[in-house]
Amino acid sequence: MDFTLPKEHEMARQLFKDFAEKEVKPLAQEIDEEHRFPRETVEKMAKYGFMGIPVPKEYGGQGCDILTYAMCVEELSKVCGTTGVIVSAHTSLCVDPILTFGTEEQKQKYVVPLAKGEKLGAFGLTEPGAGTDAQGQQTKAVLDGDEWVLNGSKCFITNGKEADIYVIFAVTGKIEKRGKMMKEISAFIVEKGTPGFTFGTKENKMGICGSSTYELIFTDCRIPKENLLGQQGKGFNIAMHTLDGGRIGIASQALGLAEGALETTINYVKERKQFGKSIGAFQNTQFQLADMATKVEAAKLLVYKAARKKDEYKTNPKVSYSFEAAQAKLYAAEVAMEVTTKAVQLHGGYGYIKEYDVERMMRDAKITEIYEGTSEVQRMVISAALLK
Amino acid sequence: MKVIVCIKQVPDTKGGVKFNPDGTLDRGAMLAIMNPDDKAGLEAALRLKDQYGAEVTVLTMGLPKAADVLREAIAMGADKGILVTDRVLGGADTWATSTTIAGAIRNLEYDLIITGRQAIDGDTAQVGPQIAEHLGIPVISYAQEIKVDGDKVIVKRQYDDRYHMLEAKMPCLITALSELNDPRYMTPGGIFDAVKAEITTWGRADLKDVDDSNLGLAGSPTKIAKASDKVRKGAGEKVVPESPEEAVKYIVGKLVEKHVI
Amino acid sequence: MQNLEEYKGVFVFAQQLDGQVSGIAYELLGKAKDLAAPLNAQVTAVLIGSGVKGECDKLAEYGADRVILVDDPELKEYRTEPYAHALSSVINEYKPEIVLVGATAIGRDLGPTVSARVATGLTADCTVLEIGDFPLQPIPGKEDEQKHNQLLMTRPAFGGNTIATIACPNNRPQMATVRPGVMQKIEPKKGAKAEIIEYNPGFTPNNKYVEIKEIVKAVSDIKDIMDAKILVSGGRGVGSPENFKILEDLAAAIGGQVSCSRAVVDSGWKPKELQVGQTGKTVRPNVYFAIGISGAIQHVAGMEESDIIVAINKDEDAPIFDVADYGVVGDLNKIVPQLTEAIKTAIANK
Repeated sequence: MDFTLPKEHEMARQLFKDFAEKEVKPLAQEIDEEHRFPRETVEKMAKYGFMGIPVPKEYGGQGCDILTYAMCVEELSKVCGTTGVIVSAHTSLCVDPILTFGTEEQKQKYVVPLAKGEKLGAFGLTEPGAGTDAQGQQTKAVLDGDEWVLNGSKCFITNGKEADIYVIFAVTGKIEKRGKMMKEISAFIVEKGTPGFTFGTKENKMGICGSSTYELIFTDCRIPKENLLGQQGKGFNIAMHTLDGGRIGIASQALGLAEGALETTINYVKERKQFGKSIGAFQNTQFQLADMATKVEAAKLLVYKAARKKDEYKTNPKVSYSFEAAQAKLYAAEVAMEVTTKAVQLHGGYGYIKEYDVERMMRDAKITEIYEGTSEVQRMVISAALLK
Repeated sequence: MKVIVCIKQVPDTKGGVKFNPDGTLDRGAMLAIMNPDDKAGLEAALRLKDQYGAEVTVLTMGLPKAADVLREAIAMGADKGILVTDRVLGGADTWATSTTIAGAIRNLEYDLIITGRQAIDGDTAQVGPQIAEHLGIPVISYAQEIKVDGDKVIVKRQYDDRYHMLEAKMPCLITALSELNDPRYMTPGGIFDAVKAEITTWGRADLKDVDDSNLGLAGSPTKIAKASDKVRKGAGEKVVPESPEEAVKYIVGKLVEKHVI
Repeated sequence: MQNLEEYKGVFVFAQQLDGQVSGIAYELLGKAKDLAAPLNAQVTAVLIGSGVKGECDKLAEYGADRVILVDDPELKEYRTEPYAHALSSVINEYKPEIVLVGATAIGRDLGPTVSARVATGLTADCTVLEIGDFPLQPIPGKEDEQKHNQLLMTRPAFGGNTIATIACPNNRPQMATVRPGVMQKIEPKKGAKAEIIEYNPGFTPNNKYVEIKEIVKAVSDIKDIMDAKILVSGGRGVGSPENFKILEDLAAAIGGQVSCSRAVVDSGWKPKELQVGQTGKTVRPNVYFAIGISGAIQHVAGMEESDIIVAINKDEDAPIFDVADYGVVGDLNKIVPQLTEAIKTAIANK
């Protein structure tokens, strides 16, 4: 088992790091305070292929692997949690399901512009009554002639109003399963601007404030029959499969947040002087940093391992990466919360001040324990695998 | 159109300069990067590729690990990379370096050679013009803008207090300033391709029309008599003058002593 | 094989623009006189241009014993090729042991082209030039191989983090470029005259000649404090936005730019672009004036790598004095305006 990264990944990391430092970091505080979606950054990232990193070249992507994509989200998140999640939600939650389950026509029509960054993607599963209990879906899709008619709403949708292409889940009927009547859920591709598809509340959040989080409303929204994604009734499987990959993205975001906070804190404690010496000279600080760094490293290994497992799946569909993805997301998110909180503490009063990045990192970190499957859900996935 | 871009791998002296506990430079901790002026030259060449379909070859002289900057260039869009490396070429000053690079370039066809104005380690700004001299082609330094018009280049050449718009017939050599443009980033796909790309490696034997007496340390007319690292700053002098006049006299004296004024 | 003994004399490339000799030429002549003394050599200025004979006397006043004048219509505006041909021809004809060139946008193009053409070494951006021995210490057992009366050229390298001393023992001439403002010109000797030698190697346009299509004189606007060579930086101690005027006057007098600390930006006196510090910009100018700045680490982290730090603060215990090269305890309101006047005077007297 070789822990050194191949050359292409080292070079890719340098690319993402440079880009993050020069293009993303200067805007981080501003977009957070203004709750502004960094459209200009998305355009720059599109130019350099960051919006389609793991997508094959024949579909407009860069032809790289999941690990490279994870490193991109990681490096972006080190300086800006918002920018990290924009790429993650777009790539894992919208591009990936269409690439995996879509017809050739759907891939050409949707994956190509998404991978090139000409269009932005989003994923609509969550509803007011359906969070962890995804089966609590109420949005309905009814086939009427050549069209599906959607009615219902989705909430807390990342890239909400800024996206162009949405993977939406809706109830298409009832089926009997193990003696019970269950909802039949299917997946659909919906384009922005479709009549009947409007936006509701813009959420005012604790963190990742630049991320566009919106309510999606479907009122007799008609989409072509061809926009069914995958087989009818396979929607729940598609959602779960997609979230497995999304977890790797969010784990990378959490990892990046933790690393960014740790790095900033190490620099700070070297310079900050109290009682005649730098606070980095006090053993309390040193021991805390040691713990933080070790946890971050452990998180990193879990994240990279999950990414690598998904890369294996691409060549061997029998491989499952749900377990690794859940472990990575569970651990990285909790480490991110812990490390960013400690980072604020180690900065003392300055840690509470907006001009020093750590307070934003701490607010950004919290959501990683919640979205794309709460830490509780991850524990369910992990324990189910252990006990089967 | 064929463009050769000469690039150099240098320690990042403008970025994270780190010091050892004894105050001397920690060279090992410094990142190796593509020299900023060279990167601007590469970007200029890539724009010629975008606009005119030029073929861009990047060339570097250095240790084997200098191949990294060639791969970075390919990941940005360059077509071919050539590494000139050989033990006998080491320790070269600008004369020997320019001789070596000219010797390598004589194997290639070119319309335009672009080099950076100066490297952030040597800071001499000599190799570019000297390569042109060895090859017998015109040189235009301090290029702020480069346009191609048929078989000519039109260059905005910067001076301290003015600029010239110059026209020169190709083949010629241009030295680029980092202010020339904003270099593009690599792309992830470009990186994956670049790592697989084949780098041509040349040694002493591949250099054309050069004499051994002009290569490497022995072939360098300038020799280092002494070198030492500047030590990190600590507290200096502090004075409590009796009057503002005395304060001014002290400060002006120091400014004159240090050739600030 | 060069016969090094044949090469005598210290030559200075007298850069001229629009028919007027540039200040750097006078500075180099001052240094050339220093170098010529232990060598028992003459100082020669090489003046290249068109219709520039009238400048010869000025060169003599600043130390040239003689002037080699290369005057030709092809040399009216600087272009690499006719100038390189002019200077290399002079070198091959008159065989100087030392040639000094200003490290200007002209010199840094002409110097390397000429040094390559005459096959010698060139050392750029020298800060110290002296006559000495190479090797500096004789090698035991090889004492007779030590050469004397060599030009020892000291220069920064590695982005200014290393200081190296270079020699060019086996090739002639020994060539060096020097940046403006490093060397000192002498007090001009009014009425001094130099021997003028008119020399023209002939100029036939060849493939290396370029065509000048347009000349545009412009002063480049440095707005980014990270590019400035001198920064006059103010902190809370300046007291008010209006009082920044005294810093602006100082900056104008000394050719620098104004920057500030975070406190100043937070108070709305100056824009964020001018902020130096941990959450502002990191700067490394040649000179950093820290005026009314306490020197908290948040600020110092952004400027401690400046070459020279001059601090003015009325608080003797201010931490800025821990990093300042020259710290002055005093009232900035009294010192700064007087400093501005003194600097204006000093510059005018040069």
